[in-house]
Amino acid sequence: MSQKKLALFDPVLVKPAILDSFRKLDPRVQWRNPVMFVVYVGSFLTTLLWFQSLEGKGEAPPVFILAISLWLWFTVLFANFAEALAEGRSKAQAASLRGLKRETWAKKLQDPGNIDQWQAIAATDLRKGDFVIVHTGEIIPADGEVVQGIASVDESAITGESAPVIRESGGDFSAVTGGTRVLSDWIVVRVTVNPGETFVDRMIAMVENAKRQKTPNEIALTILLVALTLVFLAVTVTLLPYSMFSVEVAKLGVPVSITVLIALLVCLIPTTIAGLLSAIGVAGMSRMMQANVIATSGRAVEAAGDVDILLLDKTGTITLGNRQASAFLPVEGVGEAELADAAQLASLADETPEGRSIVVLAKQKFNLRSRDIQALNASFVHFSAQTRMSGVDLGEREIRKGAADAIRRRVESLGGSFPPSLAHAVQEVARRGSTPLVVADGAKVLGIIELKDIVKGGIKERFSELRRMGIRTIMITGDNHLTAAAIAAEAGVDDFLAEATPEAKLALIRQHQAEGRLVAMTGDGTNDAPALAQADVAVAMNSGTQAAKEAGNMVDLDSNPTKLIEVVETGKQMLMTRGSLTTFSIANDVAKYFAIIPAAFVTTYPQLEALNIMHLASPSSAVLSAVIFNALIIILLIPLALKGVSYQPLGAAVLLRRNLLVYGLGGLIAPFIGIKLIDMGLAAAGLV
Amino acid sequence: MTPHAWTLLALFLALLLALVGPLGRYIADVMEGKSPVLRFGGAVERVVYRTCGVRSETEMGWLSYALAVLLFNGLGALAVFGLQRLQQWLPLNPQAMANVSPDSAFNTAVSFVTNTNWQGYSGESTLSYLTQMLGLTVQNFLSAATGIVVVIALIRGFARHTARSIGNAWVDLTRVTLYVLLPLSVLFSLFLVSQGAIQNFEGYKAVTTLEVTKYDNPKVDATGQPVKDDKGNPVTDPASTQTQTLPMGPVASQEAIKMLGTNGGGFFNANSAHPYENPTPLANFVQMLSIFIIPGALCLAFGRMVGDARQGWAVLAAMTLMFVVMAVFAMHFEQQANPLLSHLGVDPAAGNMEGKETRFGIADSGLFATITTLASCGAVNAMHDSFMPLGGLVPLWNMMLGEVVFGGVGSGLYGMLVFAIMAVFVAGLMIGRTPEYLGKKIEAYEMKMVSIAILVTPLLALAGTAAAVRMADGIAGIANPGAHGFTEILYAFTSSANNNGSAFAGLSANTPFYNVATAIAMWFGRFGVIVPVLALAGSLAAKKRLAPTGGTMPTHGPLFIVLLIGTVLLVGALNYVPALALGPVVEHLMLFAAH
Repeated sequence: MSQKKLALFDPVLVKPAILDSFRKLDPRVQWRNPVMFVVYVGSFLTTLLWFQSLEGKGEAPPVFILAISLWLWFTVLFANFAEALAEGRSKAQAASLRGLKRETWAKKLQDPGNIDQWQAIAATDLRKGDFVIVHTGEIIPADGEVVQGIASVDESAITGESAPVIRESGGDFSAVTGGTRVLSDWIVVRVTVNPGETFVDRMIAMVENAKRQKTPNEIALTILLVALTLVFLAVTVTLLPYSMFSVEVAKLGVPVSITVLIALLVCLIPTTIAGLLSAIGVAGMSRMMQANVIATSGRAVEAAGDVDILLLDKTGTITLGNRQASAFLPVEGVGEAELADAAQLASLADETPEGRSIVVLAKQKFNLRSRDIQALNASFVHFSAQTRMSGVDLGEREIRKGAADAIRRRVESLGGSFPPSLAHAVQEVARRGSTPLVVADGAKVLGIIELKDIVKGGIKERFSELRRMGIRTIMITGDNHLTAAAIAAEAGVDDFLAEATPEAKLALIRQHQAEGRLVAMTGDGTNDAPALAQADVAVAMNSGTQAAKEAGNMVDLDSNPTKLIEVVETGKQMLMTRGSLTTFSIANDVAKYFAIIPAAFVTTYPQLEALNIMHLASPSSAVLSAVIFNALIIILLIPLALKGVSYQPLGAAVLLRRNLLVYGLGGLIAPFIGIKLIDMGLAAAGLV
Repeated sequence: MTPHAWTLLALFLALLLALVGPLGRYIADVMEGKSPVLRFGGAVERVVYRTCGVRSETEMGWLSYALAVLLFNGLGALAVFGLQRLQQWLPLNPQAMANVSPDSAFNTAVSFVTNTNWQGYSGESTLSYLTQMLGLTVQNFLSAATGIVVVIALIRGFARHTARSIGNAWVDLTRVTLYVLLPLSVLFSLFLVSQGAIQNFEGYKAVTTLEVTKYDNPKVDATGQPVKDDKGNPVTDPASTQTQTLPMGPVASQEAIKMLGTNGGGFFNANSAHPYENPTPLANFVQMLSIFIIPGALCLAFGRMVGDARQGWAVLAAMTLMFVVMAVFAMHFEQQANPLLSHLGVDPAAGNMEGKETRFGIADSGLFATITTLASCGAVNAMHDSFMPLGGLVPLWNMMLGEVVFGGVGSGLYGMLVFAIMAVFVAGLMIGRTPEYLGKKIEAYEMKMVSIAILVTPLLALAGTAAAVRMADGIAGIANPGAHGFTEILYAFTSSANNNGSAFAGLSANTPFYNVATAIAMWFGRFGVIVPVLALAGSLAAKKRLAPTGGTMPTHGPLFIVLLIGTVLLVGALNYVPALALGPVVEHLMLFAAH
């Protein structure tokens, strides 16, 4: 999306968030977060106790009860604020998306063959299957597929990428998104979605629903937090009878006050994580949006964090875009020019970049011009995944180019022979990591076209990063085994699937899943759809076909296949942030016990002063400091919750050790320092 | 810690670790139906199944398994209750013991069925030999078997792959009893007899003592309550005697399973401090080993059954480390002198010998106390009430950990695995993956069951204590004033809710209030955990088992062991620190502040 990046505490976001924090005091909102609901009830109770104390019948000085009560309200408000801030950020994203949905007009065609007869209707009246024509400067009214024409399209509104992209009929670059603008030429688009189901609609829905639906893992964590809250409720409730009994037998002091017990309860229950939990989820979805990935659900993002195996298409992902023809290698007895001529003829109707590069090479080397297709009276044979070859029929001549074994089968079935020297040359080319295409005219083999593959810079480093995360990468390619092996070695993937057919891809995914692994894959073509549907995490390229997009559970608007790595990181970050803050929250309790327990019972057992290891100024200061710390820590951790715990691709054990040290040990120590500082501040200000 | 104490601990550990390996393999093979001994017992098994109408080849889902376990134990409780209420008219009652009061019989029945073996009664003056053998000893076997089959079911949950069943409860119960508990008990009782433990059906013997024993006889009023003076101290009359009654009975046979099955209910009131139950230091040493041997072996059986021995060793290592620290604490604090007694001229170097048997001494008593409270055995060879405040805190704290460090047979391991799931859940999140343990994803349902299992016992212990300190019936049982009295009540409810059964002494618990309250704590402390654990087993079994990859958190290394220990300690501390502060902690501070 093209909206500007907002600072964490941008005033534009903070002001409405503050208002929202008060609006969220509605009990129906509070009830959704059971842990914070306990704080909410505690705030009410202490407020009532304060009113009671004003009449001189209180269990503690009114000032003390008021201070506790206020800070409990602050705790609730701070948690509300964190949630409101995260929501505000995604609302801003949704608002900028909604800008795309302004009323547009569409030029609906009655007959897709006749592009001059159109009728202007509102974009919202378009239905699946309608055809529209879009001219220069117009906005594409709905998601669809180009069926005719070619145009450059500005997709910056969706992807944030300012360079225009080419959209044309046929192939894998035929999909267009509603709300984007045609910059030059014209295209006829077949509408593929009904109103309300477009990408922009889905993105807005995702952003706005992020807070309402809890992901499975969030639910599990909430159960744990509720269980902890129940334990602490039991601990604090039973402390009252214990204290009364102790006062009776020690014949000293007074039982612990309800105010202190509520303060203790609020300090002990995991408010830090509970207050930030929904902010973490909303922020995670926001980060996905910033990475230009649409996930159909939070569940999909979470699953991304668990991926064990990554299937990547070689082309465009591992290698630079497309292979380029680099040499013609004729068989003995055939001239290079003859081979180039046949190759060019066979490639004339081949719209793939490889096919075009062959025509280009023929022109460069032998100045062979493009011929008029009509004049040749040729019929073209298009490539199919089954035959794995393409070519042209010119009267008696049947020129074919394709994979070596496919051509071999064809040649031999026509009674020709496949020279051993050629087989050798094929292997030689493959070993270099290039792709050999064999050209045959009828039963006669002419030679090889060498297609060169260029591995993307920096891709090797990303794969070793993934390996450190514990994710294996598998390259998928239609190339033969030797070529695949050479490129796999160069790119540093862990494994590869050569000569992949859609069935083979599907089988590979199923096999890994049966072994208990989670598989992610990226894809764009229609023949990827079955595999995408089978994969646990499937990222479809926005430039890909509609079938691919419908099969995936995420769509990458940038159509950048390595984006999956960022998706995985975001998924992991969400879980890590939750886990780390939970650990921090629970570890905090140790210090809070040391602050509050001696303070609560020191009137009955003065000896318990020995447990006041922080040397807090007075019992009331100790309790108040702990409550203030508990509230402030929520505010202090908001940036962490929104940005997420920094993820580094390390092994599980190393990562755990590091996070345990930072959030476990840190959580143990931090409150000792924090509570002591607050206590010193309160004492210095003469407030306690 | 004396050199003797260190040597004792080292020897104990060495023998324990040497023995658990083979036994663990044996238990795993028996429970997986692979052990060759099954061929020898096959005929016996078939007779049992045919008699009871059990279809041994049918496997059960978790709910049927849980219902079978509940039915089995419910019937067991009825049988023990009935035997006590009818013993007067039944054979093998040479001392003509009367029928036990309904509340005490109820408490004892629940206590022995739940593997708690809390004893409000005194064995030698209450129960007939028939009740001891047919009621208590039988339940010692069956409650131990129950604990083991539940953990085996849970292990199957981890080991199986998209399965709908977790085994057959009747077959499991039969096999554990027949192939594990019975042979070990026979061997162990023979050993105890060799050491001097008695085994007979004779009446009690009156003997003339060599010395005249002088003692203070507490005065009781017409209702049987002790008479107290103005200061609240009991009034006593001086008395003397030269005769002593020696109780008899089939002790050795009950003693063996009492230790092996971590039951802990003594034949006599003095439990393992009694010379007929635990005659020699050697017998004492072997008794200590026998408490830990099955819980330790089950850890390794777990590793074997899930196909990764390291998993079992990791759990065992976590348990062993915690045990060593607790044992050192207990022996260290008991080696310290009580300042009150030092003032009276007792040599401080002797440590705290109050309430200990001279044939065992401080180290053997401190170690025994640690073992019996970590494993939910509850047998005692010294009076925990007479320990130093911090020495007494160790047994109390051990129980508060939830009886998962070795713990009861079976129950210790399933409790520990529940903690492991909880630890893995938080840790798994911290490394950014949906948490998994042994390839099973831990999701909302599992966390629900884990939460219930972890919540139940602290709730029972804390609520029970709270009720007792606010009720006249509860306070009436306290023998000591001040914080120590509070500790006595806290100990009683912690012990019963966690199914330990050891008593702090000092609390008169054989009253309707305590009999009923502790029975409730025992029953729900046992089955309130077993049912969610079996539900957990069922849901785990149904899941796919994921293959470990580089991104999987290893659960067999030192880091996991530290994590597991941390979780157990933290949960224990968070639950009980405030209560401990008002009990043993303040007691300790007062004792040493005053002197």
